[in-house]
Amino acid sequence: MPMVDIDWLREHVELPQDLTYEQLAKDLVRVGLEEEEIHQSQLTGPIVVGYVVDATPEPQKNGKTINWCHIDVGDKYNDVDENGNKVPRGIICGAPNMAAGEKVVVTLPGAVLPGDFRIEPRKTYGHISEGMCASERELGLGDSHAGIILLRDYGFSEEEYENLKPGDDLMHLLHLDQPLLEINVTPDRGYAFSYRGVAREYFDSTGAKFTDPVTELTAQAPESAGTNGDIEVIINDEAPIHGVPGCDRFYARAVRNYVPGSKTPNWMRRRLSRAGMRSLSLPVDVTNYVMLDLGQPLHAYDLDKIEAPIVVRRAKAGEKLTTLDGKERDLSTEDLLITDSPNGEQGSRVLGIAGVMGGLYGEVTAETKNILIEAAHFDQVSIARSARRHKLPSEASRRFERGVDTQLQPAAAQMAADMLVRFGQAEASLTPTDINNVAARPAISFKTSEVARVAGLDLTDDVIVAKLEAVGCKVTDEGNGNLLVEAPTWRPDLTMPCDLVEEVARLVGYDEIPTRVPSAPVEGHVGLTVPQLRKRQIADELAEYGLVEVLTYPFVGDADFKAFQYDAEKVAPVSVQIVNPLAGDRPYLRRSILLTLAQTVQRNIHRGIENVSLYELGHVYLWDPQAPAIPALPGGVRPTDEQIAALNAGLPDQPMHVAGIMTGKAEHDGWLGDARAVDWTDAVEAVHRIADRIGAKIALEQPKADDAPAQWHPGRVAYVVADGKKLGLVGELHPKVNEALGFPAHSAAFELDLTALFETLNNKPVQAKPISTFPPVKQDLAFTVSDDVTAEQLREAIERGAGDMLESIDLFDVFTGEQVGEGMKSLAYAVTFRAADKTLTGDDSEALRERIVAEAAKLGAQLRA
Amino acid sequence: MAEQMSFDAEAVTAAVAEGIEKINHASTMEELKAIKSQYAGAQSAMTMASKAIGGLDKPQKKDAGKLMGKLRADFGRAYGKKEAAVKAAEEAAALAAETVDMTLPVERKPLGARHPLAKLMEDVEDFFVGMGWQISDGPEVETEWFDFDALNFGPDHPARQMQDTFYVKGNQTKDAAGFVGSNMVLRTQTSSDQVRGLIKNGVPLYIACPGRVFRTDELDATHTPVFHQIEALAVDKGLTMADLKGVLDKLAVAMFGPDAHTRLRPSYFPFTEPSAELDLWFPDKKGGPGWLEWGGCGMVNPNVLRSAGLDPDEYTGFAFGVGVERTLLLRSDINDMHDLVEGDVRFSEQFVMGE
Repeated sequence: MPMVDIDWLREHVELPQDLTYEQLAKDLVRVGLEEEEIHQSQLTGPIVVGYVVDATPEPQKNGKTINWCHIDVGDKYNDVDENGNKVPRGIICGAPNMAAGEKVVVTLPGAVLPGDFRIEPRKTYGHISEGMCASERELGLGDSHAGIILLRDYGFSEEEYENLKPGDDLMHLLHLDQPLLEINVTPDRGYAFSYRGVAREYFDSTGAKFTDPVTELTAQAPESAGTNGDIEVIINDEAPIHGVPGCDRFYARAVRNYVPGSKTPNWMRRRLSRAGMRSLSLPVDVTNYVMLDLGQPLHAYDLDKIEAPIVVRRAKAGEKLTTLDGKERDLSTEDLLITDSPNGEQGSRVLGIAGVMGGLYGEVTAETKNILIEAAHFDQVSIARSARRHKLPSEASRRFERGVDTQLQPAAAQMAADMLVRFGQAEASLTPTDINNVAARPAISFKTSEVARVAGLDLTDDVIVAKLEAVGCKVTDEGNGNLLVEAPTWRPDLTMPCDLVEEVARLVGYDEIPTRVPSAPVEGHVGLTVPQLRKRQIADELAEYGLVEVLTYPFVGDADFKAFQYDAEKVAPVSVQIVNPLAGDRPYLRRSILLTLAQTVQRNIHRGIENVSLYELGHVYLWDPQAPAIPALPGGVRPTDEQIAALNAGLPDQPMHVAGIMTGKAEHDGWLGDARAVDWTDAVEAVHRIADRIGAKIALEQPKADDAPAQWHPGRVAYVVADGKKLGLVGELHPKVNEALGFPAHSAAFELDLTALFETLNNKPVQAKPISTFPPVKQDLAFTVSDDVTAEQLREAIERGAGDMLESIDLFDVFTGEQVGEGMKSLAYAVTFRAADKTLTGDDSEALRERIVAEAAKLGAQLRA
Repeated sequence: MAEQMSFDAEAVTAAVAEGIEKINHASTMEELKAIKSQYAGAQSAMTMASKAIGGLDKPQKKDAGKLMGKLRADFGRAYGKKEAAVKAAEEAAALAAETVDMTLPVERKPLGARHPLAKLMEDVEDFFVGMGWQISDGPEVETEWFDFDALNFGPDHPARQMQDTFYVKGNQTKDAAGFVGSNMVLRTQTSSDQVRGLIKNGVPLYIACPGRVFRTDELDATHTPVFHQIEALAVDKGLTMADLKGVLDKLAVAMFGPDAHTRLRPSYFPFTEPSAELDLWFPDKKGGPGWLEWGGCGMVNPNVLRSAGLDPDEYTGFAFGVGVERTLLLRSDINDMHDLVEGDVRFSEQFVMGE
């Protein structure tokens, strides 16, 4: 994002002499230019002027010649000899341009240069060097490292140079101590990517005197010589995007007899360098400087290499271009190109992708004498797509895709030409080519009452008009609060009345808007929905049961599939896959929370935490390879119901799940005794607590070992069933899973589809049964039954037999062993009967007992004596 | 000797006095019972004397009866008093023997913990429910239309490229700019629920949408690729930025205490115009109260209302979004995002069931 240098900004708007970067940031943020960062100076002094008293060349064995110099750095920093006299410091310098009589930049011990480079006295080449003469690069001022900075060449006037005294503080003179404000420019404010724009915003914020530099430059620019001025230009866009021409203005101006190798003045290099741009050559530096200053990207061509006419056209299928960065690019027929016409073949040679990046041919070089400056206006969408397609976001494309001022081109070329004349002894032509097809923008009909209707600000029409004019709008009052507003050419974002409301509101200040709390209409359902409440209850229940809630990233990959004994080739195709995952090894979204929960359990175990039991409520994502493609639809128009259905049909199912993993001890070990290790019972209890908490009716259905899913212990897993549907699994993880994840043996887990479980709830109030006051009859019944029969099946049989009279049934003993026989088990129940309307007799209870025994017998269960 | 029983008032009085004296010195129930048997049992002087009254003359009988009544009562009172005292002492001793150290840690089955982010989202939901708003949610794998186009981020909008979006593979098609993709993303913002909510429920609409969002930011101290937002949207007749400011101030108070409030700074979002950055005045800020960035907001852009089939000349609306992580980091003085996302139980256990 752009850097703002107070020194530079001052050229367009009056700033207080003592303006700090902190205050500037505050002033700009008020109108919407946010501070990204105030970059503090990366240097610490002392860095001072040094006068080279003598420099003695000393050839070295390695072939290099170094200079042993004595440099006067002023009384404060000079050495003291044995007689107490101040004498110049001895400094070793290897730079070829070191010479006696020069004034140079001396970094003294204690100074810190960029990259935490600390200057200290050091022994080298047989001398003690007490400081260093610095190059541009060492100070972070630019790229040059060919020699040290000679101050006579460094942007000071003759008089200023004469006045430089040894020991003068260069931190200040070279702006080394200056911070820099980086601002954050929102996409609607392309014009703020320039000092011109920032200066206007400063004016909008503070009312400081602002002079638009473009006014004078435009007046200075020569009259257009039509389409065939300095060079013939043809715009031939056969494939405009959305009907918008790719190029609606092309301005080209020649600058001739430039002296090759002319130097960029130091102040300009310093400014470019502070803006993060390398100094390359005067013509390139000038185009960059003008772009930063005014916001108009420019391109400089070697005029002698370009063969007229220049043709602006779309690329042809199969066309290629090697861009300045050396990459060959396949061009799309949507790419807008700047081409020229060698051998009379119009548009046959590609010079660059318009507004994005130039090609290798036609650029200015060290030999260039005659320069053609291109200042054009390109369609935002066309540039944005080309930059996106070729992954080439450039300083130019960043500005074009946000919208460049459509009337800025002559002024920008004028400024560039002026600089090439001044610093490169060139001659600017007076016959620029200008193709101006910029369509007039419709004026916005604006009711002043919109300001109150949308912003809630009560302003007079006069204030509203004044604010609109302050941002550069032309306002025509049509009476009755109706305005006709023409937005300024640098504000392509102002198209609707609400855009103007924002301009007025931000200039008046959002603080002026009153405060009011709206009352929502109390109609229909109020409060949380039933699923929202149930979700909270489950989250609370599991925490109360002792588990810790986590929220894991939903990303999984082959390693997770493998640890959980999934076949990646089967799971991946039904998993949602990310095109650009952060971690290449986890490109999928989970189908089961257990996979990502396990990663978190592992992390805790690795951190030395024992007895980790975690749960998560979250979504899983089920990709259907047969899902229909999702259509692209325009915004700003409500899709038809069919179109909305088509949008949703392409999305994966994303049900809400809850899952838990429990490891280690089920309770705390302590002085009360040793705790029990976690096993399947803990997970089963968790599942029952969930169901009981929300009033769900669930049952467990245990698969045969051969049919058990591979993630689970084949003998210790059950489906959780509600309403006849399998909604989840509970049990112990398969020993292989525990081993792969480093979990203790018998770690238990569960996962339920809550979206489906909630659908089984009727959400009606509980219908209470009357409470009988007649006495109960209690009986203990123990059955011997085959191992194949589950406790659940036997319980259901007892319930069927007992019918209405059954009050409660509790399993109080389970055992296997010799007494009951091979493949058999004994289950003992305490059963309580009670009638609603009478005291049960001995005969009654005997009859109930017989009915129960008969039902149990259907499962092969025998009542034990 | 039995038939020769004579009534000796002096002797029986002395015997009872001796018994009472022994009672007074007894300290256990065994002693007491032995004393009772000795001085009030069948063979005791008191019982004998009572039996001997029968052989006395009538006038003497009366005096003797009176005397025996008094002696019995004295003995009984002394016994009862001592019995109560001894029983109390024995009970106290028994309970003393059962004394435990009540400060021993008892944690057979301690509470687990809610994740503070999840709990904070519930608190924010409750804030909106308290104002009569609905809580709504939408899918995390979302169509580009709901995440971008419907919100006035056209396919060529610079802001769309600035969203650091996770794109989802799917059945290939072309987007409106001609780029090939699935038109499906991991939603970059809970704003994707805005047009869903409007189309599903119509107007007037007052909804808050808490949920997970995704951006391609690497995890570091201040960023996480998976995070949570709460989006608020109100669309009705007559809503202005004043209503937006009112709700924001209320939410600030609910989250950060009675001295908190908010301020708006001009900004830009495609789906709001005017748009603003939302700053929070945070009274408990480390180093003294001050302003902090909290979220984004604005008046619903007319193009968004049009995406939902509404007439922007008739309806206005406001929307805002705040980051749940950011809110929690501020409230609980958490300095590193890693703590929020890593799921280390020691982090959540500090919050137990609340936040």
